[in-house]
Amino acid sequence: MREITFSQATLEAMAEEMRRDPTVFVLGEDIARQGGIFGQFKGLPQEFGYERVLDTPISETAIVGSAVGAALTGMRPVADMHFADFVTCAMDEIVNQAAKIHYMFGGQARLPLVVRAPDGVVKSAGAQHSQSLEAWFVHVPGLKVVAPSTPYDAKGLLKAAIRDDDPVLYFEHKALFAMKGPVPEVEHVVPIGKADVKRRGRDVTVVTYSIMVHRALEAAEELAGDGIDVEVVDLRTLAPMDVETVLESVRKTKKVVVAHEACRRGGAGAEIAAIIAEEAFDYLDAPVERVGTLDVPIPFSPPLEARVVPRKKEVVEAVRRVV
Amino acid sequence: MPDHDTLVHMYTTMARIRAFEEKAEELFLAGKIPGFVHLYVGEEAVASGVCASLDRSDYIVSTHRGHGHCIAKGASPRRMMAEILGKSAGYCKGKGGSMHIADFSVGMLGANGVVGGGFNIAVGAALSAKMRRSGQVAVCFFGDGASNRGTFHEAVNMASVFELPCVFVCEHNQYASTTPATYSVSVKDVADRAVGYGIPGVTVDGNDVLAVYEAAREAIGRARQGGGPTLLEAKTYRIKGHFVGDPERYRDRAEIERWRARCPILRFEDRLRADGALAEAEMEEIRAAARQEILEAVSFAEESPYPDPDDALCDLFVSPLQGEGCGR
Repeated sequence: MREITFSQATLEAMAEEMRRDPTVFVLGEDIARQGGIFGQFKGLPQEFGYERVLDTPISETAIVGSAVGAALTGMRPVADMHFADFVTCAMDEIVNQAAKIHYMFGGQARLPLVVRAPDGVVKSAGAQHSQSLEAWFVHVPGLKVVAPSTPYDAKGLLKAAIRDDDPVLYFEHKALFAMKGPVPEVEHVVPIGKADVKRRGRDVTVVTYSIMVHRALEAAEELAGDGIDVEVVDLRTLAPMDVETVLESVRKTKKVVVAHEACRRGGAGAEIAAIIAEEAFDYLDAPVERVGTLDVPIPFSPPLEARVVPRKKEVVEAVRRVV
Repeated sequence: MPDHDTLVHMYTTMARIRAFEEKAEELFLAGKIPGFVHLYVGEEAVASGVCASLDRSDYIVSTHRGHGHCIAKGASPRRMMAEILGKSAGYCKGKGGSMHIADFSVGMLGANGVVGGGFNIAVGAALSAKMRRSGQVAVCFFGDGASNRGTFHEAVNMASVFELPCVFVCEHNQYASTTPATYSVSVKDVADRAVGYGIPGVTVDGNDVLAVYEAAREAIGRARQGGGPTLLEAKTYRIKGHFVGDPERYRDRAEIERWRARCPILRFEDRLRADGALAEAEMEEIRAAARQEILEAVSFAEESPYPDPDDALCDLFVSPLQGEGCGR
């Protein structure tokens, strides 16, 4: 199979969906003339025009708010947040408006909205350009939250998100944009709400998503040398979560590490650990271990950044604690 | 001067809104309405005058004080009343309440419990109309208080930059909850803020339905023809408290009485009488019909059952996944 980058995969998803459905459009800062700050929109306006690939003022509130209004009136907007950190400027629009409109109005409205949020730590971007904020949205009923880890999933989940009639938060890790992986030439859709076991193993389950999938897979390679057989469950969707796939793995291995790049405290991992405790406590041979960024803002200086962000090493150590 | 049918339509709309609001107040005080109710009494000329120039397919975005906007845009008082009583026949099946009524079938995209939460939704509806080349216009109602939100700035700027078919209608009713506009708004006329966005800003007497009608007609026409947004300010006053039960310690009775004397309905009646447009008996007939319609709306609402408690789990998603929602 051919290999393309994560960024190209999202671009293909956008182009395919925009060809398929004339109501799909994308709006955000620096996306059309610039092609996106990570190049993830390059070429789109040449095919679809500058109205359907809409450069906006620096107005995250208006980007998401107007996307809500457009979605309610027959369009399928994709709103780009530039950096996931800036989603804070559109919290009312996502939490009080988008998440509640279908429910609060008794089901009469449809809100097919995708918010794309490039997140995560990359190259000392500092405290306001490095966060992973997905847990906030997992906490709000009415939102779907996805966080792909591979080009294949990035393309398939973005297509699924665009076709979905509900608001979807699409978290894409900035350090993954350049990563290559196999993606079929023929179109594919990855269903929202389905996890994927990225590596089969007998001894320990690592439940993870986004960039930490790769760190978990690296950790699994290292641990395999010591005879520890790690299973890596990539959630892909955080809300609604594929609990059954997680529990199936846990019932088999009886030991769990939950890993994400977001801060540990109140992270999605806390929810996963709680579900495992509720649903599979009797199967556990050890307490659930959590791996996440230390609970401080992401510092700038490389040694400081490296100190707080979990990599392969932290996953390896956590696995060793549970086996 | 609008034609006779339009005059009658606007007068009827104002009478229906007033009748609805007086009944809602009565029901709230009788303990039949849960939550909060924000009444539109005294501001009827704004919704009635603006919506008279809108088609059914046009959009409006409303506020927490939204009953008047709903009625003026063509929503059913029966289903509104059922909603504010928390009944299953309500517009939102009892999930919304007074602050969250919507009727998408008439382009009423929802009241909003967040002050200033509607600006960008209206901009998006206008953007959508422009992209679909549908000729629709989106009207955003908001108050003097909401004009202080940052959402106002982003929305009006974007609407101006993209020349969207959007009309921003400020219902300047003098108070943001308990805070006077004289204290919290940096300008005397909110319409002056239009200058900062390069769009027309117009201030009218919001208790004069004909003035509202003329200004709105021009703004809506301009929007529909591709001339971009307008900031239209209607100076008015809410005769009732911020919500039913508001102790109103922030304003004195004399001020309320001064505005009561400028009641938009009484003023319109004087005008209709003077112009010979409607006879006293015809006006009384319209008012009586409005009261009767609202009485029937109350009966409808009271006869409607409360929702099944398990319905609380329905309508979370359009496409629920396995194990999500209510399974119905």
